[in-house]
Amino acid sequence: MSTDSIPHPRARESALRIVWVYPDLLSTYGDRGNLLILVRRARARGFAVDPIEVRSDQAVPSDGDIYLLGGGEDGPQALGAQRLNADGGLHRAVARGAAVLTVCAGYQLFGSSFFAKGTKCAGLDLLDLYSDRGPTRAVGELAGHPDPGLGLPLVTGFENHGGRTHLGPGAKPLARVSVGIGNDGAAEGAWHGRIIGTYMHGPALARNPALADLLLRWSTGTELAPLDDTWPGKLRAERLAAVGATS
Amino acid sequence: MTEQKLPLRAKLATSVSRTAAALSRAAGRGDGSVIGGWIGLKIDPQLLAHLAAGRRVALVSGTNGKTTTTRLTAAALGVLGEVATNSLGANMPTGHTSALAKAGPTPYAVLEVDEHYLGQVIEATTPAVVALLNLSRDQLDRAKEVAMMASLWRDAVKGRDVEVVANADDPMVVWAARAADKVTWVASGQRWHDDSWVCPQCGSHIERESGVWWCTGCDLRRPTPQWRVEDDAVVDPSGARHAVALQLPGRINRANAATALAVAAHFGVRATDALPRLAQVASIAGRYATVQREGRTIRLLLAKNPAGWLEAFDMAEDAPTLLSINARDPDGLDTSWLYDVDFSPLRGRRVLITGDRAMDLAVRLEVNQIPFEHVPSWRRALAAVPSGRLEVIANYTAFQDIRAELDRVN
Repeated sequence: MSTDSIPHPRARESALRIVWVYPDLLSTYGDRGNLLILVRRARARGFAVDPIEVRSDQAVPSDGDIYLLGGGEDGPQALGAQRLNADGGLHRAVARGAAVLTVCAGYQLFGSSFFAKGTKCAGLDLLDLYSDRGPTRAVGELAGHPDPGLGLPLVTGFENHGGRTHLGPGAKPLARVSVGIGNDGAAEGAWHGRIIGTYMHGPALARNPALADLLLRWSTGTELAPLDDTWPGKLRAERLAAVGATS
Repeated sequence: MTEQKLPLRAKLATSVSRTAAALSRAAGRGDGSVIGGWIGLKIDPQLLAHLAAGRRVALVSGTNGKTTTTRLTAAALGVLGEVATNSLGANMPTGHTSALAKAGPTPYAVLEVDEHYLGQVIEATTPAVVALLNLSRDQLDRAKEVAMMASLWRDAVKGRDVEVVANADDPMVVWAARAADKVTWVASGQRWHDDSWVCPQCGSHIERESGVWWCTGCDLRRPTPQWRVEDDAVVDPSGARHAVALQLPGRINRANAATALAVAAHFGVRATDALPRLAQVASIAGRYATVQREGRTIRLLLAKNPAGWLEAFDMAEDAPTLLSINARDPDGLDTSWLYDVDFSPLRGRRVLITGDRAMDLAVRLEVNQIPFEHVPSWRRALAAVPSGRLEVIANYTAFQDIRAELDRVN
């Protein structure tokens, strides 16, 4: 499905609603950073932004523009999936065409199933993938060549997970791995429609401002004025050089 | 067991564990201290127990403040007699073993214990008192999750004949300490809340309001503290106020002093006798040290994790501030915790940044809208600031690098 065929959720008359889902359960690896970076980059383009943090004992609003989910340990991950399936707000938002960035444990729970504390758990079934346990824990720098359909430069991040993720035909890898493990040593992350899942933290958007802008373009339906990305540029260059990743 | 035999075995264990640590580092498998400790105890599993026997022992553990609280507690127990302590922060069983062997026979010992090793060290040393300070995220790429650590602590103190001194303001610590038979609660405070919004007992949300917290789903709630900090004083269980004049900065160190006094009270030390000794502690392995260099008055603050950074901002004075970040093995390789720290208390100050991972910090500060200058080295940082005060806040190896530039100040 091409992203152009999805209707944009709303005309940009009201504030851009960026929803951080369950920071009390899923926020382990500086995940707040993705929210802070999106808010800053949207405001720098003159958008009014309404950042919303939804706790796991609260209903997930379905009228958000961008949804963020972060990393977490096994227990909170399983609990998060249960509560999101019971709540249904995130499913309604995705059906409306909301943009999503979901990271690590949050990424795994977007699939049909994942493993937590040795038990197979039902995921949200919002991306065509499932996750199981890998032979080793993947910890370290992660870099790769993004799917050409996304128009992004090299992606860079730090991964820390014990799972391996297997994509079905309904999801494309976010990137082809050049350094690190990602999903399975070959592919990293997944995307479909306006959903992006990734094992990258760092947080991901700090090292990949173009990915932040992609989410903002998807949700606003407009092209964005460039920002001064001197420092993120230096950080990217340093991290990519440190692992010998080149385009 | 003779006095001569013990140090020899301790020497062997220490020597072999050092070799293992060096091999581990060379192989890039870790920082070496874990495998080193493991092998040291393999050689003589009873060595630490033998060395601890006959001493009255206090253990201090927690994510932050354990080195400082150990030093303060050792100072307080000094009222009674000689105290063995691992004052260099080698806080795993090999470190404890070497510290006790080196000290010779002392009536008292105060040991700082890495959170992961608490159960093992309680088992080995049968302490009279265990102080539990706080639990928060630390070294994301390898530490256990906070709730898991609390659960290990809970198992470690359950059913033990030991006095537990615990922080009433940290829900994770309270849940762990409640499993013990005898607990003295200290209101040590908790500036960092983001690892304890979910109840470790039932999974419900934890509410907080004006210094009190409670679980919305079960009976876990803040216990009434026997010791608390009130402005510049510590209030003891009888309600008596003791003015605390420390050289160490910040509210957190007054709280650490309250914990030290509560531990010492279990040994029969009166607060009034201990306080003059606490006031003599000026710095701990360079932490909080103030150094004069080229007309600058430089103060060193170590901050290893988000909770530690919040405390450091509270201690730092309104002066030019140098932040230095590395991500080497002892620091943890993952810098994403930078986004768990709100740097806005630094807004309005002149901020300089340096260290291996200064670029991560640069992006973080830009997002936080804190203006900064990047300096490539300590020398350039020093040259960039005028005479007067310079506050330095750094994480572990960055701190050690700067300390080395200052002739390993203590």
